Amino acid sequence: MRNVYVLGTGMVKFGRYPEKSVPELGGEAALMAMKDAGVAIKDVEMFACGNLYQANAMVGQRILQQVGQTGIPVINVSNACATGSTAFREAYMACASGMYDVTMAVGVEQMGKQGLLGGAGGGDPAYGTEGKLGSGLMPAVFGQAGIEHMRKYGTKMEHFAKISVKSHKHATKNPFSQYRNEVSLEDVMNARMVGYPNTLYMCCPTGDGAAAAILVSEDKLKQLAGGRKRAKIAASVLTSDPYTDRDLTLPDVSTLTRRASKQAYEKAGIGPKDVALTELHDCFATAELVHYENLGLCGDGEAAKFIDTKGGCHPDLGGHAPVNVSGGLLSKGHPLGATGVANICEVVWHLTQDERAKERQVPNAKVGQAHVIGLGSACTIHILTV
Amino acid sequence: MAEEAQATDSGPRPIVPFLKLGSNPHLEGQKCSSCGAIFLDAKRVACSKCGLTGTLKPIPLSNKGKVYVFSVVHQSFPGIKTPYVTVIVDLPEGVSVRSNLIDVNHEELQKDPKKGFDMPVELVTSVVAKDREGHDVVAFQYRPSK
Ligand SMILES: [Zn+2]
Repeated sequence: MRNVYVLGTGMVKFGRYPEKSVPELGGEAALMAMKDAGVAIKDVEMFACGNLYQANAMVGQRILQQVGQTGIPVINVSNACATGSTAFREAYMACASGMYDVTMAVGVEQMGKQGLLGGAGGGDPAYGTEGKLGSGLMPAVFGQAGIEHMRKYGTKMEHFAKISVKSHKHATKNPFSQYRNEVSLEDVMNARMVGYPNTLYMCCPTGDGAAAAILVSEDKLKQLAGGRKRAKIAASVLTSDPYTDRDLTLPDVSTLTRRASKQAYEKAGIGPKDVALTELHDCFATAELVHYENLGLCGDGEAAKFIDTKGGCHPDLGGHAPVNVSGGLLSKGHPLGATGVANICEVVWHLTQDERAKERQVPNAKVGQAHVIGLGSACTIHILTV
Repeated sequence: MAEEAQATDSGPRPIVPFLKLGSNPHLEGQKCSSCGAIFLDAKRVACSKCGLTGTLKPIPLSNKGKVYVFSVVHQSFPGIKTPYVTVIVDLPEGVSVRSNLIDVNHEELQKDPKKGFDMPVELVTSVVAKDREGHDVVAFQYRPSK
């Protein structure tokens, strides 16, 4: 496999765009990434598009109708919350394999008012089990994951709440974030309970968004980068759920991430101490806490101590091992298909000291990682270096 | 699902096939005779732990278990009454089950989650809906053991 670099990135500020279509949003991000890379659509040889809710509608091809139909191969990817990052990985592999020199990944989603509760199935609704045999909804699933940590290590609700306070503070410096308001610990603790221990501020908001990246081989980088600093993809890992004993009842968000993390560090030839910033999948504050340990940012059982000592906070706030300096999904929003590519954009901006990271720039960032889980199906981790 | 299980029965029907009604309502698992994994869904083509086929045999599951973890659901789909306690119960056979935990004070659990951990619980059943054909639909819940 060859080295692959991210030559250009683009991202539409996450928010509500009821007046725009999914292909329009995706097309805007694609144009931004191409402009940033200094390439035109005729230079792009392969395109992977991540989108979930319109997965049957050839979203990638419709994006090309917006930005230029050149007849290139298009893959449409759907992989739950890991949809965008899986598309990015497809574009990476197509380039790393030697088959193409310039590829494009776009993640795009319009959530409307659908929210994260998900849809209902067919059949007689009397046999629907939601609320009758417990809950499979995300707030309950991730509530339980947090409570499992409480059970094992005595973690308190305050620790989860502190994560929300931290991420909201980070978001104030990110113009791409849907919400940019600070919240206090009291605000978080006293907010409406959604699924204990996650209150409203500990659950990510939904929204619309799009993000894109242009990936190139090393040879193309030399031709096209013009001496500009570009991030290398040091590891691209995708895993699916391994069997665990509580498989059927309690989706295991930890084993999935731990396996991916181990593989990613091995591939990149680095350890967690080398990582200057992490964008991880904080769909709920409880998820962020368990992932500190899953990604090795602290030892097992030490997540609460990590938080209490400002772990995960931006260095400007006196913290270390910064996590979700973008504001994370908790503030930025979580348009499912766009999330994974947007996480990678954030990491790339810090590594290349791009002006889009300006106010929240993590100083001297040489290594960053982006982590996404798609529940019940997928975990991606990308480690990038300069 | 339920139609196949009790096609000619005009009485109450279980909400899921692994709930067995009758005089002693209980859950029935499918145990892999090779690796010992237990599944609640009867319709599977192989064991997802070891990958072998033809190894799954029905096994009656205990009505008593212990709470592993829970969450209190305060927001759900329209028509689902909240708050309620969703719970993962570990059964002695080595399988876990998701259901509702009833007859507990959810506010106490939120204040002191430790009260929930390892709580001994027992299975009860109740009618939770009527289907399109007018049959009672029966679900199972757990309550603190008497
Ligand atoms: Zn087996």
